[in-house]
Amino acid sequence: MKNTWAIFQREMRSYFVSPVAYVVLTIFFFLAGLFFYEILARIVEQTTLSSLQSGRFGGPQPVNVPALVARSFFGVLSTILLFMIPMMTMGLLAEEKKRGTIELLLTSPLTNAQLVLGKFFASLGLGLIMILVTGLMTGVMFAFGDPDLSPILSGYLGLVLYLGSLLSLGLFISSLTENQIVAAVITFGVILLLWIVDIAAGSAGTSVKEVLSYLSVIQHLEDFTKGVVDLPGVVFYLSFTAVGLFLTHRSIESLRWRG
Amino acid sequence: MIEVDNLSKSYSGTRAIDGISFRVEKGEILGFLGPNGAGKTTTMRILSGFMPATSGTARVAGFDVFTHPLEVKRRIGYLPEHPPLYHEMRVRDFLTFVARIKGVDSQQREARVQEAMELCSVTEVAGTLIGHLSKGYQQRVGLAQAILHHPEVLILDEPTIGLDPKQIIEVRNLIKGFAGTHTVILSTHILPEVGMTCQRVVIINKGKLVAVDTPGNLTSRLAKGNKVFLEAEGAPSGFRERLERIPGVAQLQVSESNGRIQCYVDCLPAADVRKELASAVVGGGWGLLEMRIVSLSLEEIFLQLTTEEQIS
Ligand SMILES: Nc1ncnc2c1ncn2[C@@H]1O[C@H](COP(=O)(O)OP(=O)(O)O)[C@@H](O)[C@H]1O
Ligand SMILES: [Mg+2]
Repeated sequence: MKNTWAIFQREMRSYFVSPVAYVVLTIFFFLAGLFFYEILARIVEQTTLSSLQSGRFGGPQPVNVPALVARSFFGVLSTILLFMIPMMTMGLLAEEKKRGTIELLLTSPLTNAQLVLGKFFASLGLGLIMILVTGLMTGVMFAFGDPDLSPILSGYLGLVLYLGSLLSLGLFISSLTENQIVAAVITFGVILLLWIVDIAAGSAGTSVKEVLSYLSVIQHLEDFTKGVVDLPGVVFYLSFTAVGLFLTHRSIESLRWRG
Repeated sequence: MIEVDNLSKSYSGTRAIDGISFRVEKGEILGFLGPNGAGKTTTMRILSGFMPATSGTARVAGFDVFTHPLEVKRRIGYLPEHPPLYHEMRVRDFLTFVARIKGVDSQQREARVQEAMELCSVTEVAGTLIGHLSKGYQQRVGLAQAILHHPEVLILDEPTIGLDPKQIIEVRNLIKGFAGTHTVILSTHILPEVGMTCQRVVIINKGKLVAVDTPGNLTSRLAKGNKVFLEAEGAPSGFRERLERIPGVAQLQVSESNGRIQCYVDCLPAADVRKELASAVVGGGWGLLEMRIVSLSLEEIFLQLTTEEQIS
């Protein structure tokens, strides 16, 4: 525990002395803000239009603006994160291997599990900072409307779980190479592949569709943004993360064997 | 304190070390001498628990490095060949981090870091980014991270490599100061280095153990087979023939330039033929300009030691 905390803290500091954290946070905040504004503007425009129409024809059509905004916004956040994750994980282990500092870590009295967890939680920590920043935007909705809290909370929960699973994937890939650019490119490639699975799930036949959408990292998130804490989704993300961390653990172990 | 038994390591088929055995007693400084590629780093990486051996056993402070890695890691300080430094960290922060992962109590941490910095003379750069330090300072920060948790055993892989002569002397003195309180194993590919710091030397070449001895014994064993260089003035004719007749001369290598004769004389083991050489040269009418013992290169020493072992 103490060791995990030490690794975590060092990694966090290293994020913030290198440009990585600032670049990731800036790009993320800018894009998220831009899309939030777009979504808000578009949905407000549509609902005013439809309420005008419903007013004219007398049929009541209540539209929940904040819920719609929140759902689209979480979708956008998850997509932006896809692009940020390779940058957040690329150096985690690749840089240690390149600089030779892995030799310090592996000859210190700490276990591989402590090392892997420290690294993982550091990247998750940076991810949480990013997600917290978006609270400024969702906060805007509370200032102007009275949105349901539950879909927003469950959306955030889903986002954290989603982030954790992709970060564990990136961490594993970072353990396979000494070159952080290679790690970033491969991570990005694999994430794109997961995205394609998601798109394929949308167009496939019913039985294939079910399998693909279960495998899709993005599909599960949608349920969370509807305000449902989806148990299969939670299980999916947690197992995904566990597999990623386990593979990283194995990879460090095999590093010792290969020398 | 350190027991290595029949240790071997193969990298995807190629043998890096082959059946090495030796012991290091408590408080002893052992030199691990061998040319590049001999297997020094490989052996030290196994001892430090960085990687497992292919076969054989290594024990540190009574614990097997393979079956009880954490117990071993708690008791060793290790300076790898390339000092493991985070360039974006400041010296004091880095050492504090190392103290944490080495398990130093939070109350003692600051004092230990301070003490290590003072011992390794890096106090004046405590607040500097490691990436901005010179090679010499980086090496000393590397040494500081190895000693700060008061390990019983120090494993230092080429601790003086890349340092300037003044820094080399400082680091050697620092290491010598560990004698008695720490068990030290240090590797080097420089022969004089072991004579200056170590009480015992293990020599390896091409992954095999060649000799274990004290530096003093080693030097006298090596002194038995000397190589002498001499330079003389005069005509080269008859020079070789004259010198070849001297008993104790094994081989001659004669060349001539600018009217001077240059000659390398390989002597038989245990023969000092310098007097005879001198009188032969002068007696033959040549003018003796220079004569000196040529110190053997490390390669020649290994050759000599390996052939000597085969004879005995
Ligand atoms: N990671 C590795 N993979 C493959 N071969 C290696 C590796 N490390 C060292 N070797 C080989 O093992 C031999 C011993 O190397 P090393 O232990 O580094 O020697 P030294 O430290 O004495 O210079 C060399 O022939 C080297 O090429
Ligand atoms: Mg080496």
